[in-house]
Amino acid sequence: MAAALAGAALAAVAFVVVYIVSADTQLLGLSLGLALGCLAVAAILAGQRLVPQEHVVEERPQFGDVSEQQQLELELVEPASGISRRKMLLGVGSLAGAAVGVAAVVPLASLGPSPGDEIGSSPWRRGLAVVDEQGRQLGPEDVPIGALVTGFPAGADPRELGSPVVLVRLPQNQLQLPTDRADWAPQGIVAYSKICTHAGCAISLYRYPLYRPTSPGPALVCPCHYSTFDPTRAGKRIFGPAGRSLPQLPLAIDQAGKLVAGGPFSGPVGPAWWGVRRT
Amino acid sequence: MRRTVRRLLTATLAAGLGGAALMTLANASAGVQRLSAGPGQLSSPQLIAEGRQLYQEGCASCHGLDAGGIPGKAPDLHRAGAGAADFYLSTGRMPLDNPGDQPVRTKPRYSGQRIDALVAYIGSLGGPPIPKVDPSLGNLSQGMQAFTDHCAGCHQVAARGGIVTGAFAPSLVDATPTQVAEAVRVGPYVMPKFNRRLIDDRTLNSIARYVQLTQNPVDEGGWGIGHIGPVPEGMVAWLMGLAAVLLVARLIGERTE
Repeated sequence: MAAALAGAALAAVAFVVVYIVSADTQLLGLSLGLALGCLAVAAILAGQRLVPQEHVVEERPQFGDVSEQQQLELELVEPASGISRRKMLLGVGSLAGAAVGVAAVVPLASLGPSPGDEIGSSPWRRGLAVVDEQGRQLGPEDVPIGALVTGFPAGADPRELGSPVVLVRLPQNQLQLPTDRADWAPQGIVAYSKICTHAGCAISLYRYPLYRPTSPGPALVCPCHYSTFDPTRAGKRIFGPAGRSLPQLPLAIDQAGKLVAGGPFSGPVGPAWWGVRRT
Repeated sequence: MRRTVRRLLTATLAAGLGGAALMTLANASAGVQRLSAGPGQLSSPQLIAEGRQLYQEGCASCHGLDAGGIPGKAPDLHRAGAGAADFYLSTGRMPLDNPGDQPVRTKPRYSGQRIDALVAYIGSLGGPPIPKVDPSLGNLSQGMQAFTDHCAGCHQVAARGGIVTGAFAPSLVDATPTQVAEAVRVGPYVMPKFNRRLIDDRTLNSIARYVQLTQNPVDEGGWGIGHIGPVPEGMVAWLMGLAAVLLVARLIGERTE
């Protein structure tokens, strides 16, 4: 039992060491699991060995016999065996408790330094070309009605949160953009950030009805928690846990007839954080 | 002795419980039935006339006598194309009982020959033909790549279907290669459509080949558990873990007589 407690302490210390040295999740899991497992074994052993296991049957005629009761109390208070090792067990036990406690607190360091302005930045600038995954510049003809196309800023890191956009073409008469965004959708093509404003998943589901009157309307849907955004109404959230609209990227067509950004996003990209609540 | 017997019984019961749960999950997606309706490419004037006759009996109440559609009820079928007609009829999605419902796969209402006639008639109204697809010309790994990019968001990578808000994406377990190609080009119900620029004909062959693989998957890793992803797998892990915890509790505990 002492060995089990010592093992728990050792494994918890190992967890802290691994966390600081390599942060290998497999080793972290193994050491923490080992620590908790050793504690469990120690608890089982304590239950079986230290607590008196004898069955005491109280005889009815002796009910209320003071001397016998006192003797029984004495027996219960003083464990049958292991009393000589009491101090050692207490010591190792508190050591294990302290070590596991430290192991639980240390990962708070993962909260890390403040990200600052980084989360609000995006590579999109006025006039920056929209390219596809292979780096070819996209034109209006690459975005037919009813298709979902993913675009990236030319020359920027495509894996940055502020990079990917979804492009869809909608019939001009279905678009209900606010008046200040009226020229953001050349030929009915609109672009929104591909990063869901709820938990930052990539929006990869597109609902486009073949026959509008008997079907749900066009929608961009995030596959993680089914936040649903209306591309005809400036990315307004119409269902799901997302707290705000998808940021819209103004589009324009350059002299070569290709798609370019008309400016930066309409709002901060990605999941909400403190300070970003409204559209 | 009696205790040993009881422990053995408990262990067997726990193991049996876990096993039974596994079997139920594994059988959940069995029992599929294959249908095949060969798309007819012939369109003689007689066939078109026969199709027009069938159309007026079975379709005109929603789509209009001249196939021009009835506003708010059903779309104009001019330029809808033979591909769309073949898809909707051969998968049993049309005719629809209620125009507002999501069309779902059922047993086709018409025989293969009658579908050919109806497809010939709708095809004669213009629109894209039935796409030609040959899975044997496709590349399996490219197919999986393209399926993951374009289809798996809704249909799941195992092609067992899923949901989008307001509708659900059907399982592709019964889809023929032609029906897969038709759906890609037509974009039925709320599915987006993909033209040749987004998915070219070679990629379409590869996607059809990958869908065929998902219909008869190779389960090298063990049980497929319905091939519907991590939810049933987690469920099985829970049930097995529960059985293990039961066993441990039984072993360390002591029963009072």
